[in-house]
Amino acid sequence: MKTLIIAEHEQGVIKNATLSAVTAARAIGAPIDLLVVGADVTAASQAAAQVDGVSAVYTLADAALAYPFAELIAPIAHQLAQGYSHILVGASTFGKDLAPRVAALCGVNQISDIVAVVDADTFKRPIYAGNAIATVKSSDPVKVITVRGTAFAAAAATGGAASVSPADVQLGSAKVRFVRADVTESDRPELDSAEIVVSGGRGVGSKEDFVKVFELADKLGAAVGASRAAVDSGFVPNDMQVGQTGKMVAPKLYIAVGISGAIQHIAGMKESSVIVAINKDEEAPIFNVADYGLVGDLHTILPELVSKL
Amino acid sequence: MKAIVAVKRVIDYNVKVRVKADKSDVDLANTKMSINPFCEIAVEEAVRLKEAGTLSEIVVVSIGPKAVQEQMRYAMALGADRGIQVETEASVSSLDVARLLAKINVQEQADLFILGKQAIDSDNNQTGQMLAALLDVPQATFASEVKIAAGKAEVTREVDGGLVTLEMDLPAVITTDLRLNEPRFAALPKIMQAKRKPLEVKTVEELGVELSGSVELLGVEPPAERQAGIKVGSVDELLDKLRNEAQVL
Repeated sequence: MKTLIIAEHEQGVIKNATLSAVTAARAIGAPIDLLVVGADVTAASQAAAQVDGVSAVYTLADAALAYPFAELIAPIAHQLAQGYSHILVGASTFGKDLAPRVAALCGVNQISDIVAVVDADTFKRPIYAGNAIATVKSSDPVKVITVRGTAFAAAAATGGAASVSPADVQLGSAKVRFVRADVTESDRPELDSAEIVVSGGRGVGSKEDFVKVFELADKLGAAVGASRAAVDSGFVPNDMQVGQTGKMVAPKLYIAVGISGAIQHIAGMKESSVIVAINKDEEAPIFNVADYGLVGDLHTILPELVSKL
Repeated sequence: MKAIVAVKRVIDYNVKVRVKADKSDVDLANTKMSINPFCEIAVEEAVRLKEAGTLSEIVVVSIGPKAVQEQMRYAMALGADRGIQVETEASVSSLDVARLLAKINVQEQADLFILGKQAIDSDNNQTGQMLAALLDVPQATFASEVKIAAGKAEVTREVDGGLVTLEMDLPAVITTDLRLNEPRFAALPKIMQAKRKPLEVKTVEELGVELSGSVELLGVEPPAERQAGIKVGSVDELLDKLRNEAQVL
């Protein structure tokens, strides 16, 4: 048994989604290798080698990999698959895009979004927006798995001393080209790793009023999230959506502001340690999952919170 | 130009599922079933491309028991031209579905495949990517904007950092995200017309696909429930609780 993790990295840093996958791989128990591909992997492969618990890092650098096309990376993983019992990827949009393509090339099923490792063949994963947890057992020769980051703590980014060598693979071609990225620039912490998250919903009222949510978040050093309704209403960009089809978060403190609490939203945040709900409707379902609820007008409560913190 | 759109019959998104008492699976008896919301967005996108003159034909495919014809007729009421059902009572995995769709395409030779990014029952988010791999064509997952011109698709995708736009040669697979479009309501005359549209029924055996069966469901459990906490009366009380009781500030 041996596990290959396809690393996600940015500017030489290994992403948290990958570090969580390392922790899941340690629960499986087999030696762990990391695959690092990109246009320039010098810094990322050095960072990968220092991740605690990693045995070997395999790299491939090519200008064609400047954007992480699944069309190019999946065949690379497929070429390496024979040496592995498990191939893991973090369940970020990178992993969700890539892993099924790897699985199909290997001719195996994929297990998405695992939240627990029962044994090397058996895993738990949420279904129906987290309203049920399924235990599934795979008999596939190589198990292709995506790992939900909120369920596994990030492995230490230092302490390891893995070997680094080029992967013995051929790079193919793809009929897809990068056009542009509209990246949300922010100095705030990332949603999936922040200790505190402040999220706003439709009840915030407008894009202008959402500033009050940002002010509270900045006072707390928190990341900012949103409900689908707030994104659909154009208050904030799509990458801030928390929920079944958006991001999964599990911070120490989650503050839901003007969010009614649709099951799809709750699916994305209910693993948070402490949940605070601020809503003017005392019947809002968000209060059923909140540790502390405050009924009232968020437009006066938020500035008061900011001033008293 | 022809598109294949795959649709799945799932529990209605407003219904909260419950785990069966024996924990073998979730209880779907007598629950309202609907077209998977992401699949509905896929159908709508295809219909808009046809209205714009980009597509000439939309083939809707679904896999499952006879009941899935209800969702196929709905897709036809929205504007799909004809349907192919792969009738099976068996539980099929994403890989099985991708293999069946690939087999159907041997005859259909579609230029575009539009699928929902995930089904809200199994929450797998796999089939489109698997189909793209099996067909060896490009994929554009989590699409929020699709433009088709001159044998190419330009697709904007919702990714973790924001939005990314890719251009790809056709044929290609596109999976839909929530903000791609807002599906129309099916008008009554369209629902009537849809009943007369061709719907072909095939079997898994006919298509020569062996179902994988490599992932076994051992059981299902309800998630750990959160207990509702307390209501506080003021901002001061909230801060006091967060600082001294929860100790998170």
